[in-house]
Amino acid sequence: MSPKQTAKDHVIYLDNHATTPMDPRVLQEMLPTFTQVFGNAASRNHEYGWEAEELVDQARDRIARLINAGGKEIVFTSGATESNNLAIKGVAEMHREKGNHLITAVTEHKAVLDPCKRLESEGYEVTWLPVNREGLIDLDQLADSITDKTILVSIMAANNEIGVLQPVSEIGRLCKERGVLFHTDATQAVGKVPVDVEAMGIDLMSLSGHKLHGPKGIGALYVRRRKPRVRLTCQMDGGGHERGMRSGTLNVSGIVGLGKACDLAREEMAEESARVGGLRDRLKDKILGALDEVYVNGSLEHRLPGNLNVSFAYVEGESLLMGIEDVAVSSGSACTSASLEPSYVLRALGVGDELAHSSIRFGVGRFNTEEEIDYVADKLIGVVQRLREMSPLYEMALEGIDLSKVEWAHH
Amino acid sequence: MAYSDKIIDHYNHPRNVGSLDKNDPNVGTGIVGAPECGDVMKLQVRVNPETGVIEDAKFKTFGCGSAIASSSLATEMLKGMSVDEAVQIKNMRIVEELSLPPIKIHCSVLAEDAIKSAIADYKKKQTDAEQASVGEPAVATA
Repeated sequence: MSPKQTAKDHVIYLDNHATTPMDPRVLQEMLPTFTQVFGNAASRNHEYGWEAEELVDQARDRIARLINAGGKEIVFTSGATESNNLAIKGVAEMHREKGNHLITAVTEHKAVLDPCKRLESEGYEVTWLPVNREGLIDLDQLADSITDKTILVSIMAANNEIGVLQPVSEIGRLCKERGVLFHTDATQAVGKVPVDVEAMGIDLMSLSGHKLHGPKGIGALYVRRRKPRVRLTCQMDGGGHERGMRSGTLNVSGIVGLGKACDLAREEMAEESARVGGLRDRLKDKILGALDEVYVNGSLEHRLPGNLNVSFAYVEGESLLMGIEDVAVSSGSACTSASLEPSYVLRALGVGDELAHSSIRFGVGRFNTEEEIDYVADKLIGVVQRLREMSPLYEMALEGIDLSKVEWAHH
Repeated sequence: MAYSDKIIDHYNHPRNVGSLDKNDPNVGTGIVGAPECGDVMKLQVRVNPETGVIEDAKFKTFGCGSAIASSSLATEMLKGMSVDEAVQIKNMRIVEELSLPPIKIHCSVLAEDAIKSAIADYKKKQTDAEQASVGEPAVATA
């Protein structure tokens, strides 16, 4: 029987912020853990347990090395969503006596926003920092927001939609000065850009396996052990694994995969980010060179090498995606969902709803090639031109009509 | 989301894309939707004033594939129809014809609105012209 054809056989993958293909070297490393080294890492009485624990410890060290932490500071979770929940709710609960104030930003992932909202509904106070046109928070505003009741600042390292890198080092320094814990959701950053918890003053950091060519269903929360020793209330009660911070039998296979993925990232990041950044720039230059009224969303300077988020004026995002059906990307238009609200991240940047509906997010990754980028650029340019030909907005703009002055029949 | 073959066909080969002269008294133009909602449809009909039959229909649409397909299909249906028949078109006919999924039904509603709006514009032009010809003295031929 021939293997079933999958998307991978005929669709170019440029959605590496959603997830990444697992590196075959990661899979190789994981394979023995399914059938051979299958022990429970918490089994203290026999060799099966010991060898599983040894693999887990090796993985801890590999992850720690990538982010300049210690192995004992790694708490395994099911992924970044859980890590974010554990960090935010865990710190809030533990430090309830000290204060009830948290600070985050409006462009955070839902896995940070929603735990904060829940805390808000339970009586905590949350400051939601805005971002500027570039997608960056204002450090002075952050400094002004910190009060003696502030217990946690949670600001992401790299944004999942626009790839914008927040000034993590400066935030870390500020938090240190003011004696406030600093959590960063570094899901998109780890393995893509250098992250150093010591140099950046990070106290808690979320990361995920499948965003850096590791497996899904595994993530970690870095929890600082010295200066200061961060304490948090566990959100999952049980056998007291992970030093009581996260109960549940360790996902040894996933852990081994995450460890290997981090190891590969550490060895190859410099070279890879240069290559991936080059491909991203190639894509950007081709598109901007061929089409007018194309806007890059978010800072180009402070940005992940693989990210490109662009709006094509007068063309709706979903119809664009339909025209490039053999390319996997994602759109900031929410026309597919029940609500007609476009991306809240783009909105926060001040991008108008009509341009937000026209946006596409490209995520270039480890396995993309120059040929793929050229193909995608050419195809996309053709589709944008074709859709503009049938766009009443483009026609009106060419006639010199100011679209913002038109009274639209809202529905 | 998987699209029906008909939607894909209309998206790839849209019928009657283009514009008619909006100043022509026999042309009715409807523009509905809003850019910030993610869809705007412009639908135009040219009516034979003698017979009341729609002789040509054109559209331009900013919107998702279903919106493009809905308006493309609408122009196909309109050609050869009388103005009175055209205003009777219900969005469900477009939904059925294209097998639109539930979350895309608003696209068909927008197409129905565009048809109604274009016909209304045509009728208004006709009434205005009649009133103008009644109200003004006949131009003397020199």
